[in-house]
This record gives sequence, C-alpha cells and structure tokens, in this order.
Amino acid sequence: MTEHRPGSWDPASTEPWFRSDAPAERWLLPGYSRDTRERTILLELLVRVAFPTVFVFSIYLLFAGHYRAGGGFSGGLVAGQAFVLRYLAGGRVDDSSPFSIRPPVLIGVGLTIAVLTGFVPVLFGAAVLGSGAVTLTVPVLGKVKLVSSLLLDVGVYLLLVGVVLELLRTLGSGIEADMAAGEGRRR
Amino acid sequence: MLVLVAAHLFAALVLPAASRRHTRVAFAVAALLPTAALCWALAHTAPALAGRPPEESVVWSAPLSLEFAFRLDALALTMTLLVSGVGALVLLYSGRYFEPGGGDAARSAPLLLAFAGVMLGLVWSDDLLAIYVFWELTTICSFLLVGQSGVSRSSRRASLQALLVTALGGLVMLLGFIVLGEAGGTYRVSELAQQPPTGAPAAVATGLILVGVFTKSAQLPFHNWLPAAMVAPTPISTYLHAASMVKAGVFLLARLAPVLGEVGFLPATTAVFGIATMLVGGWRALREYDLKLLLAYGTVSQLGFLTVLAGAATPLGALSVAAMLLAHGLFKATLFLVVGTVDHQTGSRDLRELSGVAGRLPLVTTVAVLAALSMAGLPPTVGFVAKEAAFETFLGGEGGFLVGIGLVLGSVLTVAYSARLLWGGFAGKPGVPTSTASAAPVGLWLPAAVTACGGLVLGIAYPVIDVLAAGYAEQTFGHPAEYHLALWHGFTPPLWFSVLTLLGGLTLFLLNDRVLGLRELLPARLPDAQRGYERVMGGLERLAVGVTGRVQVGSLPTYLAIILLTVLLVPGMVMAFRDTPVEQLRGWDKVLQVPLALVILIAAAGVVRATRRMTAVLLVGVIGYGIGGMFVVGGGPDLALAQFLVETLTLVAFVLVLRRLPARFTETASSPGVQLPKVLLSVAGGVFVAFSALVFSSARDTPSVVSQEYLRRAEEEASATNVVNAIIVDFRAFDTVGEISVLAVAATGVASLVLTARSARRRRRRPADRTSTPAASAGSVTGGSDPEVAE
Repeated sequence: MTEHRPGSWDPASTEPWFRSDAPAERWLLPGYSRDTRERTILLELLVRVAFPTVFVFSIYLLFAGHYRAGGGFSGGLVAGQAFVLRYLAGGRVDDSSPFSIRPPVLIGVGLTIAVLTGFVPVLFGAAVLGSGAVTLTVPVLGKVKLVSSLLLDVGVYLLLVGVVLELLRTLGSGIEADMAAGEGRRR
Repeated sequence: MLVLVAAHLFAALVLPAASRRHTRVAFAVAALLPTAALCWALAHTAPALAGRPPEESVVWSAPLSLEFAFRLDALALTMTLLVSGVGALVLLYSGRYFEPGGGDAARSAPLLLAFAGVMLGLVWSDDLLAIYVFWELTTICSFLLVGQSGVSRSSRRASLQALLVTALGGLVMLLGFIVLGEAGGTYRVSELAQQPPTGAPAAVATGLILVGVFTKSAQLPFHNWLPAAMVAPTPISTYLHAASMVKAGVFLLARLAPVLGEVGFLPATTAVFGIATMLVGGWRALREYDLKLLLAYGTVSQLGFLTVLAGAATPLGALSVAAMLLAHGLFKATLFLVVGTVDHQTGSRDLRELSGVAGRLPLVTTVAVLAALSMAGLPPTVGFVAKEAAFETFLGGEGGFLVGIGLVLGSVLTVAYSARLLWGGFAGKPGVPTSTASAAPVGLWLPAAVTACGGLVLGIAYPVIDVLAAGYAEQTFGHPAEYHLALWHGFTPPLWFSVLTLLGGLTLFLLNDRVLGLRELLPARLPDAQRGYERVMGGLERLAVGVTGRVQVGSLPTYLAIILLTVLLVPGMVMAFRDTPVEQLRGWDKVLQVPLALVILIAAAGVVRATRRMTAVLLVGVIGYGIGGMFVVGGGPDLALAQFLVETLTLVAFVLVLRRLPARFTETASSPGVQLPKVLLSVAGGVFVAFSALVFSSARDTPSVVSQEYLRRAEEEASATNVVNAIIVDFRAFDTVGEISVLAVAATGVASLVLTARSARRRRRRPADRTSTPAASAGSVTGGSDPEVAE
C-alpha cells in the first residue's frame, strides 16, 4: 500500500482521482474519507465547524451541571453525539481517528474514576461518596467553586462518551464493514 | 495483625512485576512475609498460651456490625506454625522447583503468597463472617493454583471440581454461621464460646457447618476433589492440599468445639464420617501407583483421623487434635516436597518405574524415611506422640471404644501405605532398571529436611508441643487435660495398640499384592464418589440446557408476550383489586400540553400504520421528542435535556441498524387464532400503562418530605444550586455509580455480542475468502487500520 497524502496529489499516480479532495487535516475528521459518490461535502464542512463547538458545549454542560441544567450524563451524551456527527459525515470511527482511545478503555476509565471518587472521602473520614467544596479565587475567572462530586460527573461523562463510541464502533463502522465485506464477496 | 495479612496481599499484588524475570528472587522475597508472620506469632507465644491472646479488631461497616476481629490464641498459634512456617519453606522450594521465567512461576508466586495471607487471616479470625470471607478466598486461590494456565483439560476439570465442591460447602456453612450468629446474638467466636447457643438452632447450625467442614477437609463423600487436585505442581499440592488449606475444615471444627460442643450428634457424626474417610483413603492409597496420588489419598485418610479427633469435643481430643495437626502438617509437607524432588530429578513418580533412588539421592531418602516414620507413628517422632494421645482419647477409658478400633484399623492402613511409599519411591526393585538422577540441589532438599527434622525434634522435645496443645485444650474447655503428651507413658493400652498397628501394617504391606487380588472379588460397581460427582454435574447441565431451551425460544413476539403477561398478572392484578382513587383529573395544566399531546397521539397512530421501518423509527422519535417537549412545558429542563439527547442517540442507533434490515416490514399473515390474542394482549398492556400512570400520579396525597429536604439541603450540603444534579451526584450518588456500572456492562455486553457474531461469521467465511478483495479484511473493526490511510 503506497503512502498517500491527499494534499500532494500527483496526476501520474495510480490513486483514484476522487481521493484528491479527501480531508488532509486529521484532527477534525477521521483520516478515512468515504467514496466520493457517498460524500456530502456540505455536511462534512458543517461538521468541521460544529464539532469543536459541540464538544466545548458538552464540557460546559459538564461543569454547569451543578448550577444549571446539565451534568455528566447530558454532557457525555452531547460529546458522544459530536462523534456521531463526525461519523455520519466522515464515515467510520475506528483506530484511524485522531482520538485513538479504544471505547472499552474509555468506559473502564470512566467507571474507575467514578468508583475511586466514591472512596476518596473515606480517607478523610467522611462517608463513601460524600462531597466537599473548595472555593478558589482565579485571577481572570473570579471566584470558582470546585465541588468534589464534579469528579464523579467526569467519570459519568467519560463513560457515556465511551458507550456512544462503542455504539458507533459496533453498529456503525461494524455494520458498514460487514456490508462492504458482503459486497466484496458478491463482486 | 491486620497489617501482616494485608502486607501479604499487597505484596502479592506487586509481585507479578518481578516474578517472571527473576523467579528465584521473587519467591525468596515472597518467603519473607510468611517468615515475618511466623516470627511475630512466636514473639507472642507467651501471652497467647497464658490466656491473654493478642487481639485486634477493625470495624469496616459499623451499621452491619461487620468487623475484622483477629485473635492469636493457642489454636491460631499452632496453625500459624503450619501456615507461615510451611508456607515460607514451600515458597523457597518453589524458587528451585519452577522453571525460571516460566508462566507457571510468574503466576504461582503471587498466588501462593496471597494464599498464605488469606490462610493466615482465616486462622487468626475471631469473627464468623470474616472466617467465611477468608475461607472462600482460599477456595479461589486453590482454584487458580490448581487450574494454572488452564491449558490442560485435566487441570481445568480438577480446579473446577475443587471450586464447586468447596464453594458449595462454603455456602452451606455460611448458612450455618448465620444461624449460629443470630441465635447467639454475636458473630465473635470468643463471645459465642462463653455463651454457646443451645437447642434447635445450635443443632441446625452444626449440621450446616459440618457440610462445609467435610467438603473443605475432603471427607467422604466429598473427598474426590482432593486427589483430582493433584494435577497442580507439587509445591502447590504440598502447601494447599496437604499442609494448610485442607486443614481449614478440621481447624474450623476445632475452633468451634467450645461453641458446638453441647450438640449431641457432633461426635458420632464426625466419628462415622471420619473413620469411613480414613479407611477408604488408606485403602485407596494402597492401590495407587503415582506417589503423589498415594500421598493424596493418605492425606484424605489422615484428614478423616483429624476430623474424628476434632469432633470428639473432649479436652483430650483437643489435645490430640492440636498435636496431630502439627505432626501431620510437618510429615505430609516433607513427603510431598520429597516426592516433588524425586519427580524433578528423575522425571517420574510412578512407583513401577522408580528403582534404587535411595542410592542416587541418599539425603533426600533420609529425609523421606524420617517423615514416613512420623506418618506411620513410630517413636521418637511427633507422629508417634500425637497418635498415642489419639488412641488414649478413645481407648483409655473415655468412651468410644468402637471409634478407637476404627482408628487403629485406619492406622494399620497408614503404616502399610507409609511402607509402600518408602519401598515404591526409594527401594531398588528387581527387574526394574535403576533410575537415573542427578544430585538434588540444596533448595530442593533443605526445606524438606527442615520440616522432617522439625517432626523429629518436636517428638523428642515433646514438652514443647505439650504446652501448645494443652494450652488449646485448656482455652477451649476451661480445664487442662490430665493426660500429657509424652514419648513414654508406661505399658498402657495405647502402646499395645501402637505395636499392633505397626505389626498389622507391615503384614498388610507385605501381603499387599494378595490383598489387592481380593479386590477382584468385590462387586464391580461399588458406589464411586467421582462417578457421583460427574453424574450430578451432568444432570445439572442437562437441566440447564432443558430450561434454556424452553425459555429462550428465539422469538421476539413470544418474549414480548411473556413480559406483557407478567406485567399484567403481577402488578396489574394488584392494581385491579385495590381501589386507588383517580383524583385531580383535569384536562391540562398548561395549554401548550394540548398540541404536544396531539402530536404524540398522531405519531403513535402513525407508527402502528407504518409499513416502512424507517418511517416507524422516525415516528417513534417524534413521540420521544414530544415527551421531551412535555418536560420542557412541565418545567424540568434537566429531564428534557436528557430525554432529547437519549432520543437522538436511540434514533441514530436505530438508523444504523436499519441499514441491515429490509426497508419494509415483512407482513406475515398470521392466523386469526394467533392474531386475536396478540391484539388483546397489546391493548391490555397499553390500557394498563395508561391507567397506572393515572393512579401513580394521583397516589401522593401529601407533598413529599424527601423532596422538601432535597430542596433545602442542596445548597448547603452538596453546594449545588441545581437540585437534580445534587441528587444525582451527591444525595443518591450510590445509585448513580450503580447505574453507570449497569450501563458499562450493558454496552460491553451488546458490543461483545455484535462483534462475536460478526467474527464468527467471518471465520466461517474466511477459508473461501482468502483470495478475494482486500475489502473484506480491511473492514476488520477491532484491529484493522484502513489500508487507504495507513501511514
């Protein structure tokens, strides 16, 4: 398999012509791009713009949960749906994506954080899953109140992202690969 | 004390990092911990024996009154000598026995150390529930150690058998513990001993606990897991299945002797089962050709002996059981280690192949002879001292003469198989080529020599062991036994019985071949414990297959029907027979709810009418968003947010799956006989849900106190102004952790199912597919990087 850089397209190359406009930036979309016949440039473009925004929004939800609507669950789902968008526009989500953490690992990390957070208060003599708050004064942001249960929310957030990615991996790219395999056999 | 136990477990966690590279160092380091425990226990000998045992308790759940209570009394001290002393020696021996850098060594070092830790916890525990926890932990360690890498079928079977049999006994025993603890009002053994429960609860508890004891200590009819477990490497068999773990049952009996001592049937039951085990084990030991199996059946036999003594519930019985525990641990560990060495050096432990080993391995042979003398109960070893006491228990006037005769018969067998072991393992045999063996390295014979000499020294220095055993007897029954352990009591009946035993045993050994010939005369199909176990397991499997076949029919409508029927029958019935008033019924709270409800209703009607799958899914999505809208109108932004997000995700998942399904619903014309019940059931289900929603929402007649408290406390206790979030991450955080665990398990499970089904398909396809397009392999989901972008 020859190395292929979409930006430096060489007319003499044996690559199919439709690869020439494949995305070169790896961090916005997965390096993989689907066949031109299936691509919707408009959607891809929109997702490129929307993905970081949605992601930041999810993090906002995570932190805002303590005071307004939101929380780890909603935040995680929103972040997951950012990936869903990416998948819908760009194709498969797998090891070729810039976030190459495997979903089960993410689920495990989330669960571990949540459970460990539960045990930390025991070290300070409080009940399991108890919480405490610290108010910090940060130069630009002013007074910031940090609640220890935010960590539990972070665990939930990560776990949810992992679950959504797992869903994309198995039902999304998985089925796609299956269908491709099926077509390949028929051909 | 807790620190010592925890240190074992912690070191076991760290050890795997080192045990693969530096096998010997790892084992040597591991041996330090049992040594430390042994030194600690020896340093506290005086108070432990004087009736002021060191105690320590750590409460880990006050509301459930669960605690780790440790206590080092005379019995615990005796067991510590075995658990930690033999443990340290076995770990040293393992360093030489296992191949350096092998997987077995890397796995066994931490597991053996962990086992030493939990076993120590078991013998030090003063709390019934803690005893149970450690008890089951030893079972798990045994499972892992016997199973090893799980590559060979026999080790898998053996480890599973050991696990199933002992865990079954453990569970029954737990029931007994609970009966005992609830009847006595405390789970502390030392407190129960002062005021033992009486009557029916005590009797029931005794029966249940005996099942646990019999399974763990391999008594008839559960004994077969022990010989089967001999597939484990020899050091593991030595430690778990000879010196320490299998003693747990006897130990528990000895520990609970003051508590259960009043129960009338205890001595008789233990005597019957113990003697039967002793005879069957001894008999089988005379038939085996594998030295290790011979020893295993010998262990079964000796465990029967110990059970009889521990169940006797007399001061003299207590004295002899403590001495015998120690004696057996010492000589059996030695013999196992020796057999392991012979196996290691000659490559065989079949006594038909071994010949003239004594000439090749003189040191090892000397050690083996010492231990076998102790096993056969010859002076001046500790085995003799202990056996004299045991005979005295039953023959010296204190009741149970028949039991005594049983023990003598069993000991005759013991002498016979001891002689058979020595002859089979070490003697030169005419007609068998002399085995080749290189001299055994120090690491392989020294640990065995230490235990063998221990048996000899303790026999000569019998007052030491007398102090220990008498300490246990006194602590248990309140007054010391009048009998004292000694090598010479004069010409008493036990001495004559010992002589009789020796002569009988040697005769039996010499006539062994002829006696074995007699076996042909026995009926061919005697009840066989192994066959019984296999039949029970086979029956269970057939039952499971049958039940699964009936329940999992693989039809979605059937599952739905079962679920709906259950809902209708159980909660539906309750609701039908209780006249809960439906109050506060009004059209709407806010006008916006009306159009939303209309949208939902129209979408619902559309779903039923839809012929294309995609349409149906989208309409279900409309219903979901409509309900989300209801939440917004009702004033629950958090709920609405979650509803919208989950709905979106569900929609996406549906659409992803729909790619694989036909576009339209396949209409199968079902017969009216099926269609009518289907319609009735679904209508009834719908009516139930609608009606229950009405009933539940009007069931609350006073404002909830909990809600008010949540609102009041959210700010000060959870420092959150969003009460919903405060509930999720603080007030009910435990629920949240539980829920996300369920989510993780469900997601992993679904993913595994999908991926497994696909890889199974691909495997089936692969042989024919090898030369076809790369697309098939490029699509591999888990590992495949895309060939187009491989950089």
